[in-house]
Amino acid sequence: MNTLVNIFSQGYMQRALFVSLLISVITPLIGNVIVLKRLSSIGDALSHSSLAGVAIGLCFGFNPTISAIVFSAVAAIIIEYIRYAFPNYSEMATAIMMSFGVGIAAVFSGFTGNAANFDNFLFGSIIATSYFDLYTTLVLSVIVIIVIAVLFKELFYITFDEEGAKLSGIAVKRINLIFTVVTAVVVSIAAKTVGALIISSLMIIPVACAMLISKSYKSNVIISVVFAVVFTVLGLLTACVYDLKPGGTIVLIGIFILLILLGARKKR
Amino acid sequence: MRGRFFGGVVMDVIQVRNISFNYSDKVIIKDLSFNAQKGDFICIVGTNGTGKSTLLKLILNLLKPSEGSIFIDGEDSRHFKSFHKISYVSQKATDFNSDFPATVEEVVSAGLYSRYGFFSFGRKKERREKVFKALRTVGMEKYSKKLIGRLSGGQQQRVFIAKALVNDPHIIFLDEPTVGIDVKAVDSICCLLGNLNKKFGITIIMVTHDISSVIYHSNKVLYLSEDGNAKIMDSVQFGRETISKHVCHN
Repeated sequence: MNTLVNIFSQGYMQRALFVSLLISVITPLIGNVIVLKRLSSIGDALSHSSLAGVAIGLCFGFNPTISAIVFSAVAAIIIEYIRYAFPNYSEMATAIMMSFGVGIAAVFSGFTGNAANFDNFLFGSIIATSYFDLYTTLVLSVIVIIVIAVLFKELFYITFDEEGAKLSGIAVKRINLIFTVVTAVVVSIAAKTVGALIISSLMIIPVACAMLISKSYKSNVIISVVFAVVFTVLGLLTACVYDLKPGGTIVLIGIFILLILLGARKKR
Repeated sequence: MRGRFFGGVVMDVIQVRNISFNYSDKVIIKDLSFNAQKGDFICIVGTNGTGKSTLLKLILNLLKPSEGSIFIDGEDSRHFKSFHKISYVSQKATDFNSDFPATVEEVVSAGLYSRYGFFSFGRKKERREKVFKALRTVGMEKYSKKLIGRLSGGQQQRVFIAKALVNDPHIIFLDEPTVGIDVKAVDSICCLLGNLNKKFGITIIMVTHDISSVIYHSNKVLYLSEDGNAKIMDSVQFGRETISKHVCHN
């Protein structure tokens, strides 16, 4: 207990905890729409695109978080474009952008100079959470929460029945584009804490857990946020005590809880 | 005659004028024209691939005709903005994700989202009243808190009809709403649609494979043939022709 108190009395740990909690609130908000639209791979495509942005940023001396946001937002717009060009093969768009992101990241990561810095974005790093990261995450999280709250009903309708939403007069194309850009922003800001390779799991696992017990769409969203917060807090504590990578620990705890819930449902 | 005259005036709610539609080189619809009047119950029938669902999508502006024009309530369908006047029920029950975590009430409420924006907190009661009125009309009020995926195909389709009704539409378009539903549920859905048409004067345009269960409720049949041509006729006349064909074959 004393060890934990000592760890969390450190400034960098307080920043990390605060940033992680913000991320654990916004990721399932996005994840609900992604999972229920059966577009789970979009998180992977955008996180790999954000890695490309990180590599370019580190290579040319920009702030990697900002270049990750810009790069994955552009990737998000291209994904939407490809999805509309091939409406029956929308998963093709995510595969194309994922390959493109990996390709760019692989090429530019060789010129970053500081490989450890690039690795921080691959698997996440708590120690690397700066005040800049804290303020960027705070501002962007507030924006994400406002956007999702304002478009909550429309997103529900589009997720449930995109054709019906369009025929009821909802600006489906515009809302899909806004949502994809917001997803890109969330992925990019979360990449540094939990890692680009793991971020999509944090979007999906809490939603999968919530779907096993929720009684409505609204409750599914709330429960998934609660799960994500629990995974994050437990993951951070475990990672600190046993000196593990926090991103991986958070995701493994999430999967462990999901398996318990699946087992409990099977027994019922 | 039912649903034709309102205040002594025949009102065309849908005007389809000389539309054609090709898919690659294949002619799906060729120079089709027909009108639907207020209170009509029109069944669109034809064999597979004759463009029944395509025609519905053309009317709803989900597809663009290669030629011709379509008017809904006097508005060109390409610039149609009076979305509250129309509703659409798809074959949702067959391709529906049964694990989707939404209650019946949430699904029906979705029909109101374009009318009530984000800044309508004070109108929650009014919204709920509309939702429950629609659910009562389709006999699904007691299922409002149930997850939509837990209902049978027939019950789900009733909920989707309630979603279509919640906006008090003038016209409801249905694309094979009875596909994948047991016979008893098909009959009850057809009776429900017949009642909506007779009691509330809602114009119904319905694509169907199963004309026998709905012909009693409809007043017109639009028959699409494989060569892209179409013929609109009175339901009674269509029934007589269909029966005489069966007799001849036997």
